[in-house]
Amino acid sequence: MTVLEQPGSYRPTPPPAWRPRTDPAPLLPDAEPYRLLGTDEAAGLDAGLLRRMYGQLVRGRRYNTQATALTRQGRLAVYPSSTGQEACEVAAALALEDRDWLFPSYRDTLAAVARGLDPVQALTLLRGDWHTGYDPHEHRIAPLCTPLATQLPHAVGLAHAARLKGDDVVALAMVGDGGTSEGDFHEALNFAAVWQAPVVFLVQNNGFAISVPLAKQTAAPSLAHKAVGYGMPGRLVDGNDVAAVHQVLTEAVRRARAGAGPTLVEAVTYRIDAHTNADDATRYRTDAEVETWRAHDPVDLLERELTGRKLLDEDAVQRERDAAEAMAADLRERMNQDPALDPMDLFTHVYAERTDQLREQADMLRAELDAAGDTTPGPQEGAQR
Amino acid sequence: MTTAAVTTGRKPATMAQALGRALRDSMADDPSVHVLGEDVGALGGVFRVTDGLAKEFGEDRCTDTPLAEAGILGAAVGMAMYGLRPVVEMQFDAFAYPAFEQLVSHVARMRNRTRGAMPMPITVRVPYGGGIGGVEHHSDSSEIYYMATPGLHVVAPATVADAYGLLRAAIASDDPVVFLEPKRLYWSKADWDPGRPEEVPGIGRAAVRRRGTSATLITYGPSVPVCLEAAEAARAEGWDLEVVDLRSLVPFDEETVCASVRRTGRAVVVHEATGFGGPGGEIAARITERCFHHLEAPVLRVTGFDIPYPPPMLEQHHLPGVDRVLDAVARLQWESEWTAPSGGKGFAGFEGGVR
Ligand SMILES: Cc1ncc(C[n+]2csc(CCOP(=O)(O)OP(=O)(O)O)c2C)c(N)n1
Repeated sequence: MTVLEQPGSYRPTPPPAWRPRTDPAPLLPDAEPYRLLGTDEAAGLDAGLLRRMYGQLVRGRRYNTQATALTRQGRLAVYPSSTGQEACEVAAALALEDRDWLFPSYRDTLAAVARGLDPVQALTLLRGDWHTGYDPHEHRIAPLCTPLATQLPHAVGLAHAARLKGDDVVALAMVGDGGTSEGDFHEALNFAAVWQAPVVFLVQNNGFAISVPLAKQTAAPSLAHKAVGYGMPGRLVDGNDVAAVHQVLTEAVRRARAGAGPTLVEAVTYRIDAHTNADDATRYRTDAEVETWRAHDPVDLLERELTGRKLLDEDAVQRERDAAEAMAADLRERMNQDPALDPMDLFTHVYAERTDQLREQADMLRAELDAAGDTTPGPQEGAQR
Repeated sequence: MTTAAVTTGRKPATMAQALGRALRDSMADDPSVHVLGEDVGALGGVFRVTDGLAKEFGEDRCTDTPLAEAGILGAAVGMAMYGLRPVVEMQFDAFAYPAFEQLVSHVARMRNRTRGAMPMPITVRVPYGGGIGGVEHHSDSSEIYYMATPGLHVVAPATVADAYGLLRAAIASDDPVVFLEPKRLYWSKADWDPGRPEEVPGIGRAAVRRRGTSATLITYGPSVPVCLEAAEAARAEGWDLEVVDLRSLVPFDEETVCASVRRTGRAVVVHEATGFGGPGGEIAARITERCFHHLEAPVLRVTGFDIPYPPPMLEQHHLPGVDRVLDAVARLQWESEWTAPSGGKGFAGFEGGVR
């Protein structure tokens, strides 16, 4: 053992093998969320794409209000609205090619719809007639995921598998600010970076996890900063600026497709509605705070840009609103019909082949259903069902 | 099978070797089979089951992952979504718990949730159970957690031939299989020909390992050899015991079990897992429901104690051994009241001897 005879004479040297694995500087997010709308740079943006995004935002907003209304009519069990966050939802869907995959959370119905999924199918989980209302392979949209952050490793695995098979497929996975505290978030980011998997992680930082504000969720400088520790770039973007989110995500998707690995994007946004229709947001936030964010509304931001640049006139605005209204009316009408459910479906997809025990239970239900069909239940009997 | 045989001819093989061979043959037959886990590559797994796979098939097919069980299984879910057949190795039973969320919330129910559109052909290999002197967290019998989750198959081989046949069936299965590998049988040997492995009837079928007439021992995994030994010992006392090796806990082969109990009229369920709320309770209930009129005595259970797995120097007291099994068999001479265990003395503990 070395004895230090003269204090201060000893200078520790780094251990021989140590070197930084990666230069962290290029991975660090900008100090401020990236913005495009209202800046000089915005003039160079593709007008057609901007108009398309505008249409999607207007329809998206209407979709959110319509779905929330359906909860009040008892047609939806619950709806986690993405009002205020439509720019993230739309940009995520539009940043992907058809062959790419989207991994949405329970709040991201709108992203699924913007990707082309039928609005009624997108709501199946929340209506409660089944867990997933569509074939994920058909749309390349994974089932809306309820347990927080657990879809992120799935996105990594799928993207990794696609790359092993030689397909240039990218997976984009969405998660909330609260979800970034879950272990699966960390494991997914780490796997993605180690495997250089073609994945884009989009964190929608909407300020709250139900009632818990970001300050109680993390002590990190930003959620985008978390990327650096895993060895992937972190990008910070104004989540209400659809053009900015789209550009950052498109760049991340391009990087991933080119084999340059994953990116973590934090979109700073705000949840205007409560967590869900069942939540009382007045318990944890002030109206004044909500109002400051209303003044930074994603639909207004783009509308101002487009009208300012004479890319949108009143007629065009009206046309988009009419289209949104028609979508809402169609959604209302179709959601107001009771779904046709077959109770025997309960046993259909538990295993590829039914076990003896399940066969027996299915027979029991069949017999109960047949017996119920034979006799008309009286009012009392009916009430017990 | 089109695999080039690495070794052929009947000679002694360990269960670990048979499992490794099953992985190898599955990978050779089907390019969508991928092995992933901690230390499965260069090291060949801590039990060497994956030995040589990375060399033969490359690191893309046999992958050392970061140390994160939820990440491993979660990535396997995504891989399965894209048409691969991942075989995941969990290093030890108690280290599979971080992956529980993925297993229960996604692996087990993805087929159901997507109405059959997204099956999960994932095999989760879990070295399980005690008896190897492992320190804490290396000896758990966690089968009841898996059994309680609809959508999973749960399998535990007890012989070299079954280890090979069942693992191949598990990997070929379009449903997720939790494949419990009895650690203390890893080094058990049998004469076996990897070039011409015995036919195994697939997942969900029990095997009668020993025919008998006096009572049925129902068991699986590491307790199978214990029960066979007990059956031999019981012969001296005039008891001719039948031994049923379940091999598969889900699906459960009620037919074989009930047929046996109807023949013998008496049953003891034997396993290492805890008794209270353990697998034996479910099995005993089923036997009672189906075979009540054939029973000469209540269905008894011989299980581990209801304690966290004990330290290695005490595990021999926890694990059900031959004497405890014989003790239960003696108690099957049911008369009227509850017959208390004799304190693990086997038949010797019964003053009146065995009739
Ligand atoms: C593993 C898990 N724990 C708890 C919950 C209950 N839960 C649902 S949403 C939510 C808050 C999530 O907040 P955040 O990730 O910020 O997403 P946001 O709802 O704001 O979109 C909680 C705690 C859950 N769904 N999953």
